[in-house]
Amino acid sequence: MEAGTAQTVRSQTVAVEVNGVQYEREVDARRLLIHFIRDDLGLTGSHIGCDTGNCGACSIIVDGTLLKSCMMLAVQADGAGIETVEGLADGDELTPLQQAFSEHHALQCGYCTPGMLMSATALLRQSKSPSDDEIRRAIQGNLCRCTGYVNIVEAIKAAAK
Amino acid sequence: MTETTTVSPAQPLVVEEGEEQRGFIGQNIPRKEDKRLVQGQGVFVDDVKRHEMGYVHFVRSPYAHARIKHVDVAKALELDGVYGTLTGDEVAILTDPFFELSTPPGAHIKDYALAVGTARHVGDPIAAVVASTRELARDAAELVEVEYEPLPLVLDGEEALKYDVVLHEDAGSNTVWSGTFDWGDFDAALAEADHVVKIERLHFDRFSSTPLECSGCLVEYNRGTGQWTIYGNHQMPGVGAIWMAPALRVGLDKLRFVSQDIGGGFGNKITLHPQFTACCLLARKLNRPVQWTEWRTDQHTANTHGNERTFLDVTVPVKADGTMLGFSVRAIDDCGAFPRYEPLGCIIWAQVTPGCYRWRNVRVDFTQVCTNKSPVAPNRGYSRMQHLWLTERIVDIVAQELGLDPVAVRKKNYVKHEEFPYETPNGCVYDSGDYARCLDIALGLIGYDKIEERRVDAEARGKLLGVGIGSTLDSGTNNFGQSMILNPELQFSGNNEVATVKLDIFGEIVVTLGTVPQGQGHETTTAQVVADILGCTPDDVNVRAGHDSYWNSHAGFSGTYASQFAVTGLGAVKGAADKLADEMKRLAAAVFGCPPDAIELAESQARIKGNPEAALPFMALGAILNANNAGLPEDLDVTLNVRHVYRPPFEKPDLERKYGNLTLTYATQVHACVLEVDPETGVYEIVDYAAVDDCGKRIHPQIVEGQVHGATAQALGAATHEIFTYDEQGNLLTPNFYDYHVPHALDMPPMQTGFIESESPFTPLGAKGMGEGGGAGIHAVCAGLQDALGRRGEGPIVWRSCNPYHRVWELLQKPGDTRRLVSVESR
Repeated sequence: MEAGTAQTVRSQTVAVEVNGVQYEREVDARRLLIHFIRDDLGLTGSHIGCDTGNCGACSIIVDGTLLKSCMMLAVQADGAGIETVEGLADGDELTPLQQAFSEHHALQCGYCTPGMLMSATALLRQSKSPSDDEIRRAIQGNLCRCTGYVNIVEAIKAAAK
Repeated sequence: MTETTTVSPAQPLVVEEGEEQRGFIGQNIPRKEDKRLVQGQGVFVDDVKRHEMGYVHFVRSPYAHARIKHVDVAKALELDGVYGTLTGDEVAILTDPFFELSTPPGAHIKDYALAVGTARHVGDPIAAVVASTRELARDAAELVEVEYEPLPLVLDGEEALKYDVVLHEDAGSNTVWSGTFDWGDFDAALAEADHVVKIERLHFDRFSSTPLECSGCLVEYNRGTGQWTIYGNHQMPGVGAIWMAPALRVGLDKLRFVSQDIGGGFGNKITLHPQFTACCLLARKLNRPVQWTEWRTDQHTANTHGNERTFLDVTVPVKADGTMLGFSVRAIDDCGAFPRYEPLGCIIWAQVTPGCYRWRNVRVDFTQVCTNKSPVAPNRGYSRMQHLWLTERIVDIVAQELGLDPVAVRKKNYVKHEEFPYETPNGCVYDSGDYARCLDIALGLIGYDKIEERRVDAEARGKLLGVGIGSTLDSGTNNFGQSMILNPELQFSGNNEVATVKLDIFGEIVVTLGTVPQGQGHETTTAQVVADILGCTPDDVNVRAGHDSYWNSHAGFSGTYASQFAVTGLGAVKGAADKLADEMKRLAAAVFGCPPDAIELAESQARIKGNPEAALPFMALGAILNANNAGLPEDLDVTLNVRHVYRPPFEKPDLERKYGNLTLTYATQVHACVLEVDPETGVYEIVDYAAVDDCGKRIHPQIVEGQVHGATAQALGAATHEIFTYDEQGNLLTPNFYDYHVPHALDMPPMQTGFIESESPFTPLGAKGMGEGGGAGIHAVCAGLQDALGRRGEGPIVWRSCNPYHRVWELLQKPGDTRRLVSVESR
């Protein structure tokens, strides 16, 4: 977009279902899905680490497909069903994957964790008992700077059992 | 992990009669932080919102060095939704320069929240714009017109010393600080040596551990009280306030720092005072909360990098039997455009002057310079990592040149187990350890006894197999008195940390910390220590998440940095919990009418020893004192709300001799790797890796191992791919995670860990700080490459810390180019 023409940007109504809840908002056409989720819907569990689609901290599941929500515009998600980290646990009841992350010390600062959990959730829906290599491939789009991934792989393996 | 025992996570504290109570210290209890973090319920800085807040975007210099002739914000201000701007001219009027730690010439450098008059690196902030959305703020920043007059630039530390280009006219020099360190008798060592090995040049490359969460803050200004509240991810706010308050011309208490969860720091969030100060000025000027979240590109180009260091004329006197007598070196440290936390790096390395070795004669000529690159910050392993890389390169290059075995020569030169506490030539006291044993464990884990067979096997597959060792120390709990060795005028010495513990009306135990955790599990380990002292469970201990300077639980050096929580943080926690336990016993004694020493704390009760029926639950104690205290003895001095400041036992160093104990603890890391190089392409793979750590008493072994994993991953990234490279115009070529490759899950080699526990005799819990590690992975990979590349005759010298495949290929192509760097004089 050319600088200085913000007033000409058209906005659009976006309706989505996130973690089973319906939302409808007027959104700038250029708004990224991650900013829509975090700033407009107030669901701040999904994070931003790179702005370029490398780090995966913003990973979510849209209509059953894992994707990085900084790589999609909010308007493109109109009508979609979205799952974010906030929707994983059933109330206070953590999923086996979340539980395994804690038990195996698969998180330190916790910043990459929401995206990591969504990637692992998507993996475990496709593969009941993934190999170490499959796990590493499934999370290679999620950067973690704290753990060296050792315990993350262990946790996902344990949750798959 | 080797030598570990499995423990059940939740350890009920039911003590049968005659059974010894087993504490929580040393147990892998579930981390208290995890439940919120795995549900996306953490609160990181960008999660904090305020009504009508504005988003800050910085206008940044496209030039590495340029005069700023004119800044015009008019067009930006015309844009609907733009709330206001800030320029360098305003900053120069509204603030004073941040104080500099150095003596002249560095002392004369003027560093402000925004560039004033001159831009000194690509990304240097020139102006700031605030608007109603992030996108709009970015648009408006494009409309700020800046007229630059490009200036000649200097990007190399050695070039900077020629002063053809001077960054800071006020300083009149690119040198920040320089000095000579001379311990023992190096000339006598040279005379005594049978061989003198000389290494012309080694270079430690520029990288950063790049926390996944970028820097940021949300600043509110209270016009009525003149106070700023800064929700941010500063990891050393106590020192941040010391920089910011005088610059803003206010008292320290006008700055309230708050954080809950921080997405990694690794030292790169210690020098956020310029950006935070700009946001404070904007919040006051615009009378509205302002929020700044750094973009990834901004973090890479303009936040902080680790120190880059060139080592010249390394000279090592060696005896015929392989005993090394010390070394001398000329070190040039490149701190980028502004010193900020520097020149502390000019002394921090001296915490580990001889590395793990019994070297008694060391001479270091150290100079730190500014260049037109991003400023640096104390990146994980700060300054010691660069120096330890030097000591490990020395050992392996000497071993190669003199035909010595790298394992044997290490064991010959290591400080021996029976020599602890060991005083280094510059007066540092290595508290405890057993380096040779750690090395044996590491070698066992990589299967070193079968290594010759594996070399043959690799050779048959056309690969070169190399083994590398990195043995390092993570010195923790700084004696800030070392800053006076650089600048005797500085009034810093010792160290401190604070904790408060209270027992509230309903029996809640509430702990506040002065630290600012970024994933180190402080809530958890604190609860373990408190539970053991008060006789309850960690679940009963509510440790407040994060940091708030209004909690009154911080002191001058509060923060989370420099490998010290297990000593300073938990030292403060232990001190506070001990005080509270004493008060609880005295209160219970007053209620029961018995002496305090007849009371014990167990099972969340204060009870008379030997009479479990006579027991007051914690809830009763809290309620009695706080809400039902009529009739208590007048002289009962009990508040059930105590504060403790832990102060490590330090003396001020001898400034003349640059001598003294600079840190309290020295954790050991010995790493070993096996790697295979494809000689046709330079591509290599680490096929086995072991990390052995000795940090004394481990409060929570799983957390310790997690730190080992993380420090290793960062070191391997720095050894293989992570490097900040600039073009000739000073543009950073690796400004995002596409170009700056950090390890992902498939990059990590199989990793094994091991440990021993050499308890520190100097710390409250026998524990040592260990989070930084000593960059052992970098050293081990360099040594492994050196070994592999020398398998087919005379190999090249691995002289840089970061060796991506193309560099290895270059080394293989022209080994003579680097062979020239080393010479041996034998007598």
